[in-house]
Amino acid sequence: MAGSVLEIKDLHVSIEDNEILSGVNLTIKGGEFHAVMGPNGTGKSTLASAIMGHPKYEITQGSVFLDGEDVLEMEVDERARAGLFLGMQYPSEISGVTTSDFLRSSINARREEGDEIPLMKFIKEMDAALDYLDIDKNMAQRYLNEGFSGGEKKRNEILQLMLLKPEIAILDEIDSGLDIDALKVVSKGINKLRDENFGCLIITHYQRLLNYITPDYVHIMMQGRVVKSGGPELAKRLEAEGYEWVKEELGITDETVEQNA
Amino acid sequence: MTVETKLPFDKAYIEQFSNAKNEAQWMRELRQQALEQADQLEMPKPDKTKINRWNFTEFNHELVEGERISSIEDLPADMQVYFDKENIPENLLIQRDHSVAYATLSASLQEKGVIFTDIFTATQQHSDLVKKYYMQDAVQVDQNRLTALHAALMNGGIFIYIPKNVQVEEPLQAIFWQENPQAALVNHVLVVAEESSSLTYVENYISQNAEEETVANVITEVIAHDNAKINYGAVDNFAAGTTTYVNRRGVAYRDATIDWALGQMNDGNTVSENITHLVGDNSSSEAKAVAVGRGKQTQNFTSSIVQHGKDTNGYILQRGVMLESSSTIFNAIGKIEHGGTRSNSEQESRVLMLSEKARGDANPILLIDEDDVTAGHAASVGRVDPLQMYYLMSRGITKEEAERLVIHGFLAPVVTQLPIESVKNQLTEVIERKVY
Repeated sequence: MAGSVLEIKDLHVSIEDNEILSGVNLTIKGGEFHAVMGPNGTGKSTLASAIMGHPKYEITQGSVFLDGEDVLEMEVDERARAGLFLGMQYPSEISGVTTSDFLRSSINARREEGDEIPLMKFIKEMDAALDYLDIDKNMAQRYLNEGFSGGEKKRNEILQLMLLKPEIAILDEIDSGLDIDALKVVSKGINKLRDENFGCLIITHYQRLLNYITPDYVHIMMQGRVVKSGGPELAKRLEAEGYEWVKEELGITDETVEQNA
Repeated sequence: MTVETKLPFDKAYIEQFSNAKNEAQWMRELRQQALEQADQLEMPKPDKTKINRWNFTEFNHELVEGERISSIEDLPADMQVYFDKENIPENLLIQRDHSVAYATLSASLQEKGVIFTDIFTATQQHSDLVKKYYMQDAVQVDQNRLTALHAALMNGGIFIYIPKNVQVEEPLQAIFWQENPQAALVNHVLVVAEESSSLTYVENYISQNAEEETVANVITEVIAHDNAKINYGAVDNFAAGTTTYVNRRGVAYRDATIDWALGQMNDGNTVSENITHLVGDNSSSEAKAVAVGRGKQTQNFTSSIVQHGKDTNGYILQRGVMLESSSTIFNAIGKIEHGGTRSNSEQESRVLMLSEKARGDANPILLIDEDDVTAGHAASVGRVDPLQMYYLMSRGITKEEAERLVIHGFLAPVVTQLPIESVKNQLTEVIERKVY
């Protein structure tokens, strides 16, 4: 079997005692692209953040395993070194730390001590990725995300994805706020990684990203659960008809998560 | 309340000291008068830090002759780290305890009349010049007990003089190395830049007395005449046993600039004042300082720019990182005097707390006595942002490394301002050592 397997089982997640996810089941294997779609407020981003270990979210039930290893027992950095990556919707700004230094530290974090990436090799790889993503080379010397436009931040996330080459990537609304050209570039970067060893979970509420990145599986989230799964045709139907038919079919009146339970 | 403590030094002792140094009459008189005043003056009163139990007055003042060296290679290994071997500064003075161990000044600067020598040689060879500035316009003898005590007991230091229109391209670097763990350092740095001259100067204070207790009483006076530009960098790195008073003052005349980048890395209790007077119209100053507190040390840093002239520009930037049980106060004081029309005073002080037990405070103070001015301030005391840590760690970076990156990033706005690459690297290393 090629690639890694990320198994999410019956995942329940709360924030400040409000349950946001109430039993998510999902398995992503190397070589597969999954799209998680759904209207706003249905728990999509919570799923991404909880898997990565965001400090605000509390897992109350369920499990996440990566190749049989218990992800929820790991610290955030261990999850990353195990092969997970989260392209964030709102990446932090880190003043005084250049994007380039940060990238090199990140790459070296996955390598053994004494086996750090040679500087020239790093610069070559970084420059190639910057070119591929149409990013101004100056960005490498700018402080991480500081003063970046929304589009620059998203490209920077994909830059990191390309250089870190994780086994499983989760991309949280990587398309939000992007114009069509930026969307194409970002998609190009993601598609470049597509191979049998790379699995990807793409979270979006716009179908348009999926015009550029064809998913193998599409899942619809409502009320903090995956309520319907299918192939790429499901995304097409959502684009054409919206979410109403799904709600009708499943007898859901309010698709959002109860925030004031 | 004044604590009446008799000083352990008397007139006869000072006279003997002056004799040994064969000092000029004016210096002898200045010392004797200062000693009298020291008895009566009050200790400095740093805002929000109690120093009445700190020992600033009892110490071993004996002159210690440091051994001369003929090249940097002669220095012990732990001192060699301060140099980039491929790039030994052309203009370098190493003071070892109380004497000069090594001194070079490029021939071209000598020809141009630049003076870069120890303070005792300067008072003999350039007596009138030193007398004109020594504790006159920048720091006054009677400012407080410690300035008076300094004047009475000064036992080291240097004099820098840049003649009119001379641009010093290569930096001047001084290293004040207290090798003897008990010897107190009463160090005086006097920098005078004449009209339309320019200079970059960087200094290091180093000692290794973690156990033995002693005192450092340091005064720096920087005079920038019309249209002169002075870039002043420092890394203070006295060991835990040294109680330090450091008073760095600048006076900038018309169109002059004095920029400071101070790395305040002492391990002992420290009171530091950095005050710049923008006397002339259109003068400016940037005062940037970083500090790291660790162990049980208590520190008080005051950065102040006092703007007298019209169209002056003052900018204060302070960054501090507090570890363990350290306690630190940062005072930033921007002052625009009456008559300082169209002046601008800006300041920013930020403190990062890395321990529950550490205490830190940033006090932003603006004192404006003129209507037509602009001013602004920002101050914050906080912990490392958990979301920043989450972001960095989500790329596989360990918690320790992520914290290291955040701290270096936090201090970068000051560290990057240090004008000599090797000193910048050295400050980065000292920060590394202090933080981990």
